Amino acid sequence: MIEVRNLYKNFEDKNVLNNISTTFENGKTNLIIGQSGSGKTVLMKNLVGLLTPTSGQVLYDGRDFVAMTKKEKVLMRREMGMIFQSAALFDSMTVLENVMFPLDMFAPMTLRDRIRRAKECLDRVDLAGKEEKYPGEISGGQQKRVAIARAIALNPKYLFCDEPNSGLDPKTSLVIDDLLHSITKEYNMTTIINTHDMNSVMGIGENIIFIYEGHKEWQGVSAEIMHSSNQRLTDFIFASDLLKNMRNIVLKHEK
Amino acid sequence: MKSEEFAAIMVNFLFLNFKCLIFFITFAPETNNNGMFITKGLTSFGRYLMLMGRTFSRPERLRMFGKEYIKEMAQLGVNSIGIVLLISFFIGAVICIQMKLNIQSPWMPRWVTGYTTREIMLLEFSSSIMCLILAGKVGSNIASEIGTMRVTQQIDALDIMGVNSACYLILPKILGMMTIMPFLVIFSSATGILGAYATAYIGHILPPDDLTLGLQHTFVPWFVWMSIIKSTFFAFIISSVPSFFGYTVEGGSVNVGKASTDAVVTSSVLILFSDVFLTRLLS
Repeated sequence: MIEVRNLYKNFEDKNVLNNISTTFENGKTNLIIGQSGSGKTVLMKNLVGLLTPTSGQVLYDGRDFVAMTKKEKVLMRREMGMIFQSAALFDSMTVLENVMFPLDMFAPMTLRDRIRRAKECLDRVDLAGKEEKYPGEISGGQQKRVAIARAIALNPKYLFCDEPNSGLDPKTSLVIDDLLHSITKEYNMTTIINTHDMNSVMGIGENIIFIYEGHKEWQGVSAEIMHSSNQRLTDFIFASDLLKNMRNIVLKHEK
Repeated sequence: MKSEEFAAIMVNFLFLNFKCLIFFITFAPETNNNGMFITKGLTSFGRYLMLMGRTFSRPERLRMFGKEYIKEMAQLGVNSIGIVLLISFFIGAVICIQMKLNIQSPWMPRWVTGYTTREIMLLEFSSSIMCLILAGKVGSNIASEIGTMRVTQQIDALDIMGVNSACYLILPKILGMMTIMPFLVIFSSATGILGAYATAYIGHILPPDDLTLGLQHTFVPWFVWMSIIKSTFFAFIISSVPSFFGYTVEGGSVNVGKASTDAVVTSSVLILFSDVFLTRLLS
């Protein structure tokens, strides 16, 4: 479980995160949603330590990440996995080498065991047979799946995903969502996903945090969104005419 | 004045002019806003030192470090041997021709062409000028490679994994370059002299015996060491400065390109500056 307490982040005079307090639960897919520029990515970067909060606490199962020493943070990060918007695979390495990288760096395993574990992870994301390909030789969706395989190679306790569906077609997005959801359950991880994708919100959102202009506007589960009275949330989620009409039909039908 | 002293003064004078010219070309546009330039320079220097502090720490896995170290030696050093040999051969030949045509006269001893060719190749070309050329080739390669890794979040991915990205990416490049550079300098000097012999044997510019006499005249073995020490120092500049520019890139591909250019310009200026001090210190 990750708990955020009174988190503030300023860039010079600009207040980007304003008193964020929330909890990301264990074994659930926690979603952070919000408009572009609302502070989602900044929040995630503060959670993983790529940025340092101006004030506030980030507690990983009770351990304050912000107050940790550099050495403690390095050790803590070995319990984290992250999937970036651009997949961030190492261009100079093959798919297998990418997945093996965290194992090579940190796992006290023999070469044979490391290869076996990397192949297991690739198998888990349905990429068996792509081991010798380079990132430039596979599709965007496959790159994201390699990134997931790399992130889970060391059995992390916390998984962070920054817009994992960006640039993917709806069908591939669903595959990635299902994969993230099932892996979260399988490894009992605390998974936090930054997303714009409404399919993800409605499909896998077990704990959704809506960020609006740097503060937490709403928190709940996907089933509550349809009936939410929060105007900012509904304006964001049901932005298109199609979705607005669908919501009206559902609400009318329920009455 | 002895003829060898005159030859040495001529060589130094030519190189001093060349260095001053490059210095003024590089800095002239920047001097309009001195205050800002100094502040920016000091800030960058401080950030460079901090990055070097992170770079020179114990690698997480020595096996992975060793793999990267050998890869970088091959990529940055061994892959540069071709261009080093090609340029050195022709520069050695051209220096020999120029010395013969412009300095050799009935008043000069017959060894002067070989002597000046050897001194220029050994003292300046193979160490300093070759490093300037490598600053262009290797420096832009390093800055664009690390810069691209930064903008595509590959460095963030390393940091998230708990890897010291500076140490993992930069240290093998610095040590690899510093290891291979002395070999490049020796190859360069030897090939330059081969180029000079080519003008003697093939071009019949001067008798090979005269060239041999000049090459062997008052040879100081320390100059070879001086050349190696200087080039090892320059290897550090060529690898660490572009790494800094690449590592600190913000933005997109345009900024990576700019960082690459800045890295080459800054490395070249630093090589020229430090050459003056190192030459004075080691002579």
